[in-house]
Amino acid sequence: MSRAWSVDVRVTPREGILDPAGETIRRALGNLGYDGVRSVRAGRLIRLEVEAEGPEAARIATEKMCEQLIANPIIENYVVRVREDG
Amino acid sequence: MKVGIVRFPGSNCDADVYRAVTEGLGEDAVYLWHKSNDLDGADVVVLPGGFSYGDYLRAGAIARFSPIMREVIDFARGGGLTLGICNGFQVLCEAHLLPGALVRNRNLRFRCHDVGLRVENADTAFTSAYADGDLLHIPIAHGEGQFVAEAATLDELEAENRVVFRYADDRGRATDAANPNGSARNIAGISNPEGNILGLMPHPERHSLAVLGNTDGLGVFQSLLAAVAAHGEDAGGELRVAGAPAFGDRAVAGARS
Repeated sequence: MSRAWSVDVRVTPREGILDPAGETIRRALGNLGYDGVRSVRAGRLIRLEVEAEGPEAARIATEKMCEQLIANPIIENYVVRVREDG
Repeated sequence: MKVGIVRFPGSNCDADVYRAVTEGLGEDAVYLWHKSNDLDGADVVVLPGGFSYGDYLRAGAIARFSPIMREVIDFARGGGLTLGICNGFQVLCEAHLLPGALVRNRNLRFRCHDVGLRVENADTAFTSAYADGDLLHIPIAHGEGQFVAEAATLDELEAENRVVFRYADDRGRATDAANPNGSARNIAGISNPEGNILGLMPHPERHSLAVLGNTDGLGVFQSLLAAVAAHGEDAGGELRVAGAPAFGDRAVAGARS
């Protein structure tokens, strides 16, 4: 039976892609005295409710959405996680 | 020449392009609504600047799936002259009609001022009115204009002479100081291998009329007019850009989706 699964997609800038937002956060943290922060990468979290037969089907459907729209593989990595409690 | 200017929700340089074509050249222009499935017989398609769909998700990412983009992609893949300016460049990259991507400016600031732009390749349908090495002054207005691509892609662009414009200082040097957004190798505009698709971040239409104080950008539209006119003399059929000899083969080989 189909139900809605809660799916998190975490999108982050790919290795080697400059991340000016993350770098600015790192510098601001330094100004506040947090000297130990070596790097910050800023991405985004996208939470979907996906109708699917099961968690695996929800994951596959969401990965297809990531390839097509949610992430740009040229500049971003993404991780899909189906929340079992969702 | 008839220029079709696509209007997405959030486009805001469509009227500037319209006036560059109609007043700067005295040619025809029509607006193409994003929900349309018809290019209205346009010889050239322009994706103008703006903030289509509020730049949500990534600049150009949503516009790329607008109904009209199916027609634009077919037109461009078939050799139709296609120009993407600023947000239009972002849309062309998101649609994979051009390689690479445009990300947040290096300094995180929205940059809105004139830049020096060096013409790197005057042998294109978009730049024939200029000469190699010409230095233009053209406005930019963007927050996400940093061009990035894999090193191999950048090398290929250079080797194939597809870097059409580069940010440069007043002496024509592509220095880091002249780079307003951190773009790889000061790249401001690129073309596809066949040369019928051009994307650039600066706004030639904003410097295309004497009343605007500068006409450095009009050459882009004059070049397009010359390309369309030259084609009209060659053949009576649908416009297909001449130039790259392998073009016909590529168009056939190119995957259509």
